[in-house]
This record gives sequence, C-alpha cells and structure tokens, in this order.
Amino acid sequence: MHRVTVNGVEIDDTFAEAFGMRATAIIVTAPTRKWVLEAARSMTGFATSVIGCGCEAGIDVELPPSETPDGRPGCRIMLFAVSTDELQKQLLKRVGQCVLTSPGSACFAGLDGTEPLKLGSSLRYFGDGWQISKKFGGRHYWRIPVMDGEFVCEAATGLTKKAVGGGNLLLLAGSNEQALVAAEAAAEAMGKVPGVILPFPGGVVRSGSKVGSKYKSVVASTNEAYAPTLRGRVDSALGAEINAVLEIVIDGETDTAVAAAMKAGLDTLIGLGSERGAARISAGNYGGKLGKFHYHLKELLP
Amino acid sequence: MTSLTFTLVSEPPERLDLSPLTPQGLAGLSRRTIEQTRLGLSKRGARVGDLFRLSGEDAESIVFAGGSVRFDRLGAGMTEGAIRVTGDAGAQAGRKMSGGSLTIEGSAGPHAGSGMTGGRLDIHGDAGDFAGGPFTGEMRGMNGGVLVIRGRAGDQAGDRMRRGLIAVGGGCGDYAGSRMIAGTLAIAGGVGHLPGYLMRRGSILLDRPPATLSPSFTGSGAVESVFASLMDRYLIAENIFDKPLLTGAAGRYCGDNAVLGKGEILYSLR
Repeated sequence: MHRVTVNGVEIDDTFAEAFGMRATAIIVTAPTRKWVLEAARSMTGFATSVIGCGCEAGIDVELPPSETPDGRPGCRIMLFAVSTDELQKQLLKRVGQCVLTSPGSACFAGLDGTEPLKLGSSLRYFGDGWQISKKFGGRHYWRIPVMDGEFVCEAATGLTKKAVGGGNLLLLAGSNEQALVAAEAAAEAMGKVPGVILPFPGGVVRSGSKVGSKYKSVVASTNEAYAPTLRGRVDSALGAEINAVLEIVIDGETDTAVAAAMKAGLDTLIGLGSERGAARISAGNYGGKLGKFHYHLKELLP
Repeated sequence: MTSLTFTLVSEPPERLDLSPLTPQGLAGLSRRTIEQTRLGLSKRGARVGDLFRLSGEDAESIVFAGGSVRFDRLGAGMTEGAIRVTGDAGAQAGRKMSGGSLTIEGSAGPHAGSGMTGGRLDIHGDAGDFAGGPFTGEMRGMNGGVLVIRGRAGDQAGDRMRRGLIAVGGGCGDYAGSRMIAGTLAIAGGVGHLPGYLMRRGSILLDRPPATLSPSFTGSGAVESVFASLMDRYLIAENIFDKPLLTGAAGRYCGDNAVLGKGEILYSLR
C-alpha cells in the first residue's frame, strides 16, 4: 500500500467507510454539573455499538448555564441508530430509566430535525394522571411530579436522517503505551468537534471487528489482520514494528462533522509524532461497497 | 409599501364595530370600498369615510392614528398581519383572534382577547374585566396565543381560560383566573380577592403571596420549579417582563379543590 510520511507518522492511502444513520439529540440539565454528567453517563452507558446495544450514544458537548433552556448546567447528548423505530425505542427507554430517575434533571429537545421523535409525550404517562402540559414560546413541555419536585421534559425532539455512523481512525503503534497516549490525545481533540460523539469507552475501541465469522451465529468477529499476536499466522496488515492497534470510531450529525473530527484526530496524531504516539495511521473499510460515506485520509491531511 | 393608516378625524358619535378592518378583511379592497364600510352601531351608521382619513396602502399592517373607548371589536377575528392603535380601544379588542399581532398603545375595555386562539395581543395600558374571558353562555375563554397587559387588568382576568398565556404587569382585580380550565396566567403587581376561584387546571404565577385565597386551596410547599424558571426566561426574552416573576423556589398552592383541584398558584417567596 502506498503511504505518505508526515512528522515520522506513516499515513496509509486508504479510507474510512461509514454508513448513513438516524440520529437525535437531547439537552439534559441538572442542578449541578456533577448530576448532569451522572445522568448523561448513565443514559449513554452500554451504547457503544449498534451491533449489540441497539444504539450508539454519547455526550456531544457540555453546556454552560447560559446556553441551556432553563439556565442550569447541561449537556447535549446524541443518539444514533439504524432505524427510526429503534432510535425512538432506545431514546424513550434511556431517558425514562436514566434521566427521569436522576436527581433534579430536566430534558429538552436538542435537534430541530425533519421529523419529531416522542419524548415527554410518552414519558408523561409516568405522571399517572398528575402530569401537566405546558405550551409556550412555540414549545410543548410536560411536567411530571416526582419525589424531588418535577421532571420537566419537552414533548418531542427532532430526528435527522443525514447522520453518519462509523467514521474511524486506526492508530498503529510500537507499544501499548504509545497506542494509548495517541488514542487519548486524538479522542480528546475529536470529542471537541461539535456534532460528533465517540461511542466507545473513552472514545477508544481495541476490538476492531470484521463482518461475520466462522461461526454461523456470530455477526461480527475479531479483525485478525490487525491483531498483532496473529501476525505470521494470518494475512496481517501489521509490519514487524507494530505491537498495538487502537481504533477511534466517530458518529456525526452530518457528513462534514465526521470529516472535521477525523481531520482533528489526524492533526493531533501527526503533531504528537511517531516517537510518542502512533507510528502509522490507517482506517477501516469494507472495500467501499457497503458504506455510502468514504473519508480518504490523504484528503484530510493538514 | 406604507401601513394602511386610519387617522381619526374626531371622537366618534356612536359606538363602532371595527371588526371589518382587519388585514384579512381589507386584503385587495379598493380605498373607495373601504371608505364605504359601515362601522357605526346606531341608526346613524357611520362609515369609515365619515370617521377616518385614510393613507398608505399595505393592509397587512394597519395603523389607527388616535383611539377611542368607542372602538369596539377592534381586530376581532383577525388571522394574520398587524394592527396598531395609538390610543384606547373599547370592548372586545382582539376577540376570537387566531393570528397576527394587535397592539393597543392605550387601554382596552372589557373582554379584551376574549376567546382568542392564537397571535399576540399587547395592551400597553389597562384592560377591563374578563380579559381573555368568554361571553356569558360560552364554555371557554382564551384558547391559545399570548395576551399581554402592561397595566392593570380588571376582575376575572383569564376567566375559563383553556390554553395560552396571559401576562399582566400592573396587577389584577378580583377572581383572577376564575374557572380556569388550563393555560398560564402570570401576574406582577398583586391580585385582588380569591385568585384562581374554581380553577380546574392551569397555572397562576404571582410575584407575591396572594392576600386572600379560597379555603378550598391547599398549600403544597416550596418546591424548586424548572417550569417557573423556563417561564421566567421566556417572559423576559419576549420583553413581557423585565425581571423574573419567580426565582428559584416558589411557594405553591394547589386547587381549587372545590372543583377538579389540578390547578396551581405559584408565588414568589422573595
């Protein structure tokens, strides 16, 4: 494979292949930042991959009190799924179990989408007849009595069909330490890009997968070409100097948000250099036939 | 295009029904036709041309230069556009309006915004009794939209209100929010006797505790209310009030338990 080298870091001439997804966003607020993050982490927990979690979710951005609807600390949470039905189901389950339950929380629409997704208009039934509907300023809220006062929840949020899931960078390093340093730095930079989430733990995934397996019932299995211990045994993508590979997966509200995040990640990794971080950067694809969106690394270089 | 302006020549000799003079009612009409529109309610039957001097041509934006307490049914049934009066209006201003904006720079008479379902009615002065309320025999009052009274509202403001928002800056008379079905009534400047009398649902927001209250209301503590802060921020953002009505924890009564009892009176504890 043809490669270019920038600041000692080899960049593969390849592309990340990503898919169209359905996405939504909500704004969660709470009395303090601590309880914003508790609600958000709970709601976006076990939401790393649609393969096994039903949706992919994460915190897009933390919001200061001046930028939230009710003047309290908050954050914007994004959810991604493969179908509108699944997205709706996951949204209600997660807000109902993790945000409604969290002390002092409130929940607002985070996206003006093409279509509405139900939020408070379903969760209101928790109020058992004591729920109160309020419409003002062109918005519709539900007030649901709970043990610490009221859970205020906007009736609906928006859906976008233009979201992109599965943008990615593969960081190949000489050691696990270098791989982690590179991954942490890249994830931090990429997480700052508005409109994207990195659904895996800390934004980083170490078990990159391929489609299918030798076992009939397993839909995704280890990507042996990038597993260093299988080098020499399988058709490996790794050279002799690579001993650890980590991946960063990106879901974005739009195509351009994903590209911006990948570019931010590449910039950071190149700035870090091969001595401290990744020696080589690649990206995962399926030959270009499955996903609608292709992100060529060389087009994203600084 | 300049606003279609009706300049009042002299005080009208009789009460007028101004409901024909709305943006949707005048759209496409010639000046001659407009001038022949009958407004007077007595046998005299004054026409537009007898009372006003017309200028401008944009019927989407109507201005009455000069007002009168005899201007009844001003903007009644309007659905779009804007009407502004530089003086007072009579009874039933903006009754059953469903859209657009109606601004009264003076005061309005009784039944202002009666049964309105949309749009915004802004009264810079005072309003008479039954602001937003229904006529006798009607089942419900205001059913949507925003009614702002910067001065004082008379008795029974928001009577039988079902939806929408009424904001009063200079206090209300007795029985504010009587028989409310739902909706929001925000009042700065105090209220008279028995606010929320026989309210079923809905919210009455006050900048101070009510002086008298029907015994069929029960206290329900002082709970921090996200709804109250949302409403405060909305009222300030829309330039309806210049400071928050309620901040942080608000006192709350629920009632009226003589009827359904799902209504609330939230009041500032400051």
